[in-house]
Amino acid sequence: MTMPAMQTPPQPAPPQQPLAQGTQRRRIGPLEAVGQAFSLASRNTIKLKKNPDTLVDVTFQPLLMLFMFTFLFSGAIADGDRNGYLQDLVPGLLVFCPLFLTIGTGVALCTDIQKGFFDRLRSLPIARSAPLAGMVIGDVVRYVLSIAIVLGVSTLIGFRIQTNPFEVLLAVALMIVFGLCLCWMSIFAGIMIPTPAAVPGILVCAVMPLSFGSNIFAPAETMPGWLQAWVNLNPVTLMTDVNRELLLGKGDLSSLPGALAWMAGFLVVFFPLTMRAYRRRLGN
Amino acid sequence: MPLAIEAEGLVKRFKDTTALRDVHLAVPAGTVHGVLGPNGAGKTTAVRILATLLTPDAGRARVGGHDLLKDPVTVRRSIGLTGQYAALDEELSALENLALIGRLMKLSSGRARARAKELLGNFGLTDAMERPVKTYSGGMRRRADLAASLVGRPSVLYLDEPTTGLDPHSRNEVWDTVRGLVAQGVTVLLTTQYLEEADQLADRITVFNHGTVVAEGRPDELKRRAGGQTLQVRPTRREHVDTVAQILLGLTGHIPARDEDSGRLTVPLLDPMVMSALVQHLAEAGVAFDELGLRLPTMDETFLAITSPGGRRAPLEETLGGRPA
Ligand SMILES: Nc1ncnc2c1ncn2[C@@H]1O[C@H](COP(=O)(O)OP(=O)(O)OP(=O)(O)O)[C@@H](O)[C@H]1O
Ligand SMILES: [Mg+2]
Repeated sequence: MTMPAMQTPPQPAPPQQPLAQGTQRRRIGPLEAVGQAFSLASRNTIKLKKNPDTLVDVTFQPLLMLFMFTFLFSGAIADGDRNGYLQDLVPGLLVFCPLFLTIGTGVALCTDIQKGFFDRLRSLPIARSAPLAGMVIGDVVRYVLSIAIVLGVSTLIGFRIQTNPFEVLLAVALMIVFGLCLCWMSIFAGIMIPTPAAVPGILVCAVMPLSFGSNIFAPAETMPGWLQAWVNLNPVTLMTDVNRELLLGKGDLSSLPGALAWMAGFLVVFFPLTMRAYRRRLGN
Repeated sequence: MPLAIEAEGLVKRFKDTTALRDVHLAVPAGTVHGVLGPNGAGKTTAVRILATLLTPDAGRARVGGHDLLKDPVTVRRSIGLTGQYAALDEELSALENLALIGRLMKLSSGRARARAKELLGNFGLTDAMERPVKTYSGGMRRRADLAASLVGRPSVLYLDEPTTGLDPHSRNEVWDTVRGLVAQGVTVLLTTQYLEEADQLADRITVFNHGTVVAEGRPDELKRRAGGQTLQVRPTRREHVDTVAQILLGLTGHIPARDEDSGRLTVPLLDPMVMSALVQHLAEAGVAFDELGLRLPTMDETFLAITSPGGRRAPLEETLGGRPA
C-alpha cells in the first residue's frame, strides 16, 4: 500500500514548515506547567470541600492513636503521668500525620491510572510533569489540615505549645517538607502496583516500622538494644526530636541534619525510580 | 483531500504479544474512518499510539500534519480521545471534570464552566452534571466522557468503541453526535466491533486482525470484495430448476447451489453484466421466475469472511493490497 503524499489539513495553528526541515518542537513553559499543576491540585480541594469526611477518615488514625495512647497506655508507659506523656506524644503524632497521609497519595494515583483518568490527562496538551506535580501539591492541603486537626484536638485534652509562633510555623513547614519527600515512595508504589486496593497494604509495611519503631510512643531507652539502634536512626525519631524542640522547647535541633539527610535520601532514591516506572507503565 | 491522520508501518510489541505489526492508516480530513476488528485485534493499541499515549516500536505517524513523536504537544492540542473505558474522576461531578479539563486547556475558570455546561447540555446531562460521576449509569458515563473529549474543540477525534454497552437509544444519540461533528469538519477515527456501526458512520473502513490490516476500503466496496455478489434465481415452476441451473453454469462457470425447499439457485457473480444475459436466456428458454436478484453480503458475513482463518482472506489481500501476516 503506498501512502498518499503528506499534506497538511486546515488548522488554526501557525504556518507549518515541511517535516524535512524539522518542525519546531513545541514545549510547555515552566510557568504554564506550574499553573497546570495547581489546576490539577484543585481536584483535591474540591474533593475535601465536597466530602469533608474523607479528611476525617485520614485523621481518624492519628486521633485514634492520640486517645489510645493518652488514656489507655500512658499509665503503663509513663507511670501514670498522663499529661506529661501527652506533651511528648503530640509532637510525634504530628510527624505521623504526613507520613500516614502519603499512603493516600499512592492509592489516588493508582486509581487515576487504573480508571484511565491519567490517560485523559496525558492526551491533553499539558506538561508531562503536571499530573504528578498536581497530585503532590494537592497533598499539602491534606497535610496542613490533618496537622491542624490533631493539634486542635490534642489542645482540647491538655496539650500545650510552649514556644513562639515562628517556631511552630517552622515545625509545620518541616513536617510538610517531610511529607513531600516521603510521598515519592508512595507514588512509586502507586505506579508499580496494578490495583489500588493493594497499595495501602504494601505501604503499611513501610509506614509501620517507621512510625512504631520510633520514639513517638515510648522513649528509646526502654527498648532492647537492637531496636534502639533502629529507633535512633529512624527519620521519624529524628523528626520527633526536632518537633519536641520546636513545639515544647525540649532538647535541641541536633537531629535536624539527620532528618534532612533522610528526606534528601528518599527523594534521591524514589524520585528517579518513580520517573522510570512512570515512563514504563505508561508506555513511553 | 488533505490527510488528518497518516500512519505508516506502525509496530507495537508487548512482552510476548505483537499488538500491531506494520499498520498503515490514511484518513482524509473531515471524514469518519472505522477501525473494525475482533477482540485483541489491536484497535485500542492503534488508537493509543495515535493519541500519543503509547510510543510505537517502529513506524511513524502524523496527525494534523504533525509528527506524533517529534511534536506530541502540538498533536495533543488538536485531538480528543474517548477511550474504551470512561476516563473521568469518579469522585468529581461531570461539571467539575469538564471544567478542570477546560482550565488545563487554558480557558478562564468562567469560560471553562460555561463550556462544560454547554457540552453536558448537548449530551442530555444537565440534570446530572453536579452529581459525582460514580453515581452515573454506564451510558451517562460514556456520554460524559465523550463530552470531556470535546472540551478543547478537537479537529481529530478518536472514539474507541464509543457505543459498547449503550442502549439503542443512546447509541443513536452518539451516532448523531458523530455525524454532527463531522458536519463541522471534525475528523473521526472510530473503532468498533459492531459492523452496523461502521457501515452506518464510516466513509472508509480498515479491518484489523491479529495486529495487521486485512482489508481497507469503503463499506460497500468491502462487502462486494469480501464476499462478492450473489445471484439468486427462483423459477416459478419446479421442473425448470435444472434448466436454470444449466443456464447459470453456462454463464458463470459455477455450479449453482440449490435450496431444495424453495427451489432457489444461488451462484457467486463477479460480472454484473451477466444479469442481462441471464434474463435473455431465461426468456428464450421460456422460464418464468418469482425471484431474480443480486445480493451483497451483509457486514457480518463480510467481517467473518475477512477475519476468520481459512475465510476468504487471501483473495481479499490481493484485491485490496493488504499485507499477509
Ligand atoms: N499493556 C499491555 N500489555 C500487554 N499486552 C497488551 C497491552 N495492551 C494490549 N495488549 C495486547 O495487545 C493485543 C491487542 O490489544 P488491543 O487492546 O489493542 O485490542 P483491541 O482490538 O482493542 O481489542 P478489544 O476489542 O478487546 O478492545 C492483545 O493481545 C492484548 O492482550
Ligand atoms: Mg480495545
